Amino acid sequence: MSEFLLDWGITAMVFLPLVGALIMMVIPGSDEETHKTIALAATVATAVIGVLLLLDFDYDNTRTLQFAVDRSWIDVINARYFVALDGMSLPLVALTLLVVPLVIIYSWNHIPSPGNPKVFLILILVLHTGMLGTFVAQDLVLFFVFFEVVLLPMYFMIGVWGGEQRMYASIKFFLYTLFGSALMLVSFLALYWVTGSVTFSIPGLIEEVAANDIALSTQVLIFGGMFMGFGIKVPMFPFHTWLPDAHTQAPTQGSVILAAVLLKLGTYGFVRIALPILPEAAIEWAPWIGLLACIGIIYGALGCLAQTDMKRLIAFSSVAHMGYVMLGIATLTDFGINAAIFGMVAHGLITGMLFFIAGSVKDRYHTLEIKRLGGLLVQAPHMGWILGFTTMASLGLPGLAGFWGEFPAILAAYQPASGLDTTLFRVYMVVAAIGTVLAAAYLLWLLQRTAFGTPSEEFKDDPEIHDMVPTEYVAWIPLLILIVVLGFVPGLVFDVTNGPVTAVADALEAAGSAAAGTAIGE
Amino acid sequence: MFAAEAAETAVPWLYENVWLIPALPATSFLLILFFGKRLPFKGAEIGITSVVAAFVLAVLTTFTWVGDVEGGNTAYGTVKVADEKHSDEEHGDDHSHSEDEDHGSSEEEHDDEEHDDEGALLVDGDGGDAQPIAFTAGSLAAVEEGDYEPRGAAVVTEVNWFESGLNVFRIGTLVDGQSVMMLFVVTFISMLVHIYSTDYVNGDRRYTHYFAFLSLFTASMLFMVLSSNTLQLIVGWELVGVCSFGLIGHWWEEKPNSDAALKAFLTNRVGDIGLLVGMSILFFGAGQTFDIVEINTKALNGEISGTVTTWAAVCLMAAVMSKSGQFILHTWLPDAMAGPTPVSALIHAATMVVAGVYMIGRLYGVFWEGFSIFGGTLNLMAFIGGLTTVGGGLLAFVQRDIKKVLAYSTVSQLGYMVLALGVGAYTAAMFHLFTHAFFKACLFLGAGSVSHACHHSFDMKADMGGLRKHMPITFWTFIIGSAALAGVPPLAGFWSKDEILIGAGVWPGTGGNGTYLIPFIFGMLTAAMTAAYMTRTVWLTFFGEYRGHDHPHESGRRITVPLIILATMAVFVGFLNVPKSFVSTIGLPEDWGLLFEEWVEPAGQTYFPFDGFTHAKPSLSLAIVATLLATGAGFLVLRYYQALYRKDPMASEYSDGLRARNGLAAAGYRVLENKYYLDHLYTGIIAGATKGPLARAAYWFNQNVLDGIVNVAGFISVRAGRFIYYFIDQGVVDGTVNASGRTASGSGQFLRRIQTGQVRQYATLMFGAAALLAAVFIFAV
Amino acid sequence: MYLNQFLIFAAILFCIGVYGVLVRKNGVLVLMSIELILNSVNINLVAFGAFNGDIAGQVFALFVIAVAAAEVGVGLAIVLLIYRNRRSIDVAEANLLKG
Repeated sequence: MSEFLLDWGITAMVFLPLVGALIMMVIPGSDEETHKTIALAATVATAVIGVLLLLDFDYDNTRTLQFAVDRSWIDVINARYFVALDGMSLPLVALTLLVVPLVIIYSWNHIPSPGNPKVFLILILVLHTGMLGTFVAQDLVLFFVFFEVVLLPMYFMIGVWGGEQRMYASIKFFLYTLFGSALMLVSFLALYWVTGSVTFSIPGLIEEVAANDIALSTQVLIFGGMFMGFGIKVPMFPFHTWLPDAHTQAPTQGSVILAAVLLKLGTYGFVRIALPILPEAAIEWAPWIGLLACIGIIYGALGCLAQTDMKRLIAFSSVAHMGYVMLGIATLTDFGINAAIFGMVAHGLITGMLFFIAGSVKDRYHTLEIKRLGGLLVQAPHMGWILGFTTMASLGLPGLAGFWGEFPAILAAYQPASGLDTTLFRVYMVVAAIGTVLAAAYLLWLLQRTAFGTPSEEFKDDPEIHDMVPTEYVAWIPLLILIVVLGFVPGLVFDVTNGPVTAVADALEAAGSAAAGTAIGE
Repeated sequence: MFAAEAAETAVPWLYENVWLIPALPATSFLLILFFGKRLPFKGAEIGITSVVAAFVLAVLTTFTWVGDVEGGNTAYGTVKVADEKHSDEEHGDDHSHSEDEDHGSSEEEHDDEEHDDEGALLVDGDGGDAQPIAFTAGSLAAVEEGDYEPRGAAVVTEVNWFESGLNVFRIGTLVDGQSVMMLFVVTFISMLVHIYSTDYVNGDRRYTHYFAFLSLFTASMLFMVLSSNTLQLIVGWELVGVCSFGLIGHWWEEKPNSDAALKAFLTNRVGDIGLLVGMSILFFGAGQTFDIVEINTKALNGEISGTVTTWAAVCLMAAVMSKSGQFILHTWLPDAMAGPTPVSALIHAATMVVAGVYMIGRLYGVFWEGFSIFGGTLNLMAFIGGLTTVGGGLLAFVQRDIKKVLAYSTVSQLGYMVLALGVGAYTAAMFHLFTHAFFKACLFLGAGSVSHACHHSFDMKADMGGLRKHMPITFWTFIIGSAALAGVPPLAGFWSKDEILIGAGVWPGTGGNGTYLIPFIFGMLTAAMTAAYMTRTVWLTFFGEYRGHDHPHESGRRITVPLIILATMAVFVGFLNVPKSFVSTIGLPEDWGLLFEEWVEPAGQTYFPFDGFTHAKPSLSLAIVATLLATGAGFLVLRYYQALYRKDPMASEYSDGLRARNGLAAAGYRVLENKYYLDHLYTGIIAGATKGPLARAAYWFNQNVLDGIVNVAGFISVRAGRFIYYFIDQGVVDGTVNASGRTASGSGQFLRRIQTGQVRQYATLMFGAAALLAAVFIFAV
Repeated sequence: MYLNQFLIFAAILFCIGVYGVLVRKNGVLVLMSIELILNSVNINLVAFGAFNGDIAGQVFALFVIAVAAAEVGVGLAIVLLIYRNRRSIDVAEANLLKG
């Protein structure tokens, strides 16, 4: 068993959803129940393999790449099929493994119009493969392929099952992301050439870059390309405008996956690829990333306050929350990056949950306009309390998961890695702390307007409005439990990520002090 | 665990397992949440059971603590749990923080003694030197003055929580005088409030939910009180905030209630900016640690630079201002009275709002250094405290709502405590916190009882008056509470207030830590004002004629018994800390004086101010002057209302009072009535601007500028695309292709003429060509 | 005996052949004219071979005669077929390949 896991575990996990999708393709679309069952079975089987991997994972060596498979793939360009798990990817893989089955369970009786669950579920399964693949890929070409695999299903999901402006939103999403990934690809290729066309593997490139004396300006440019690719995906201010549209128009399932996992591809790219490979460039870029992150925090919050649509508000809150993640990354310290990874997981759970709720509210009220809602606690008490709980988690209440992504990031900004301007980052720290107030303001405002008070005349006696149904309980409870558990036992994530993160941070610190040293030397 | 305890200083079981006290209500919260509705008493019985159990444990802990302090049994050392999982591999060999290497090595020592079973405690009982943090247990090695017996060292019990970077973060409990005192107060008041609530909110639409939140609050508060590090403190701090939010907004169907809840939460969040930033500063200032004892020790040793402590203290002050209702962030506290009255008593009078004061006490070393309290004449903390105490007191005069009077009085008294801490009177502040909890809870519960009788109205002028005849128990307990608050000797408030006044060090012969004249004046003013507004409140509520429309009646026993208990406490707790000179004067052993100080103040410990820290000496003259001032002010108000009563028994105010005659007075009254216009500033201007123009501008920017850029980029792309399509693609590229095609067919058209099918013609051409070639060969070669 | 006498003769023969190919309409006569051209070449080959003392000229001429015989066979067969189909052997009328 263990042998199998060692050689085939990750591969099986990544491609099992695709197998499910292939099976579904040959079955006629009229048999909806079978499709749902197969989709669920495929994701659950994936999750089982994933859990086996997680159990077999050596938690004392989170730094080493485990279950690594390194086979030749495209020899002409030295691209290899290189997949592995380490402490940095593990939490995100686990998050993906959890969220996708829940989304499929939720889909059981929430297939958005115009129906056709067969194709819809196939798209989710393809997405699943793409997301898992991105998190385990250790080769830039492989990473890029998976990164792009994610794009199309999401495009179709928004474009076909979306809201009224789905065409606009889906095309915007597609073009934006493609634009970023084009630059990212250029960066990858540039990296390949400047290091002597030896390898595309990430650990290999880390060594190659360190060994070859590459001009700082080249590194900065290469980093810039990656920054565009990952930054758009995050999304960072000012490249975020695709997000509210995509989220608002996407079907609930699409929004949940988008918020819970897809946005993390960008931040994950930063911590997995950009920072370790190009530490010196990272130091040059960090103040700017920090600046954009801070603008994003305040700006996203202000954007939220201006919204009249619940789903759009939640979408904007993602901009603010991902700002904390990026601030954590920008500090280039172990604290900050740990916080960033925690923030990714927490944001995935919490915002995914918020989108689930928004979807269910929309199912019942057929509107998400905040003005017309109200009294959710009266009409659907359980859902109302869950909304209250989730908003509390989202505003970073200690004791719930959101806090551990937020406060350590603020903390880390007090003392960024050497080579960075401490005063500047302290300003960022204060700005980010002010952002927590605004976060509380818009979330509580949302809660007050939707959950508190009494239902409006319009919906008072609407028979369609009822409390939660079983599929909602099943899909939501795991998320809620995790939010609490991670809030009280943050070590579940921190202890896993700390190993690889410390390695990255040490390298950054070394690069930073070297840079500071030369600056003094000059 | 027990094997390790074989050492000579066994740590009392209670100290190590004090986490049970918050765990009990936490469990109760979960039980009520999931099963409460199905139980016969709708979950109240679980809440009460758990809080009574917690109270019993707290009392036992208190007795253990007192016994230890009295017995001189101090240094147990710090109890730390072995690191279960602390892989050395993860901890880089070449990291630059030297502090952490110390940490790392000492933790490795612990690894050697690792216990396998989970939760096994490793007790390091043998004094200071072998400790991971060597100074935690250390009493001040060389007590220069020789003044203090080192006493009451904190006992820390911790387990690993998580690791990040090179730091292992721990979670645990810290037992010392201050936390034990708070344990007692919180569980005691919480227990009474639980009992009181079974009657008060009986039949409420969310009875079960109410008790669940009470349990959660109690758990969070106890969790915060027992924090061994500042990170934990932040967690507890915010958790009590969210419980406060939930309970203020208990009746969320009405918008004013949810507005008040939101206001409370958001105002606290504003202060939390300071908390987060301040704690971050301290974390790095003290060499990457959250440990409270360590931070204090380092701050007092001068290991943290003065700038850092000052910045940290200023930032933390913001948190205190919001949580403990200090000017100018106090505005949420009166609004918080929208919640059920028992909640106001528990959360917004006795426990949660003193969290700020408690936090100053916890990090007193930092504040002591940061504000240079010793030998000063004024500092930010004393000033804010003074301002709050006067400002809150003034506002209490103009309220119609009995709960709001009490709320502003709470603001004012909290200001007193902060003032006391600001002038260096640590024990006085803690003692005032202690006594205030009892008499203010008594007053709030009394107000609740009154409103229970008057159909849930809190309006003193419209619906009360003359209630002393109808509800005698409530009346007498309220009178006792008021007298204690006003500082009538020998009730509790007198002793604690007096200590604060002497602590300011202005009155001749008191000594103290400096000469804080302005805070002292503020304190004296407040002493007079408190007596005055309480007299007004008591008169309007209980004297005169009943102005309501119903038949008020005394409340049931579940309400009156807690009142009687609290009133009794309000009478007697003051005797815990009477000056030694007074005790000996009345012929009792001197040991009976200053008990509270002895039990609570960790004097002589390294983590408590020692350099220049002195206790002010009691002054009989000051006590007399202050008492006269208070009673005089009260008496004047009494005469005022008596005169009014003679004029018109039903009136609650003069129709031709000072306000009607004097423009200045009217203006002053208006300012007070509008609460110094602070609410207008916050809600109208700041919140309004953020939510309105600012947010709209940001969104406009998003939609028009950023999205505009995107859209314009898209538009331009489309235009460029069209240009390319029509001109370049269709014209040039396609044109070339077409042209080549046309050329081909044109030339074909031409060439086909040659192909006539006539063999002879072909032959002609062939021969012609051959001839031509021949000619070329011949002539050219 | 001079070489150029043979060459001039061959050239005259060649020209007559060319003239016949180009002018005559009768297919058989065209074939005969081609035969003339080929034989003029044969004369040249034999003449050059004799004057240079090289047997290869005559060998080549033999080859040409053999090929010419085959060519005439094929040519006559074509003419015969044309005649069968069109009742005429006028080459001017055979323009089926006109483009």
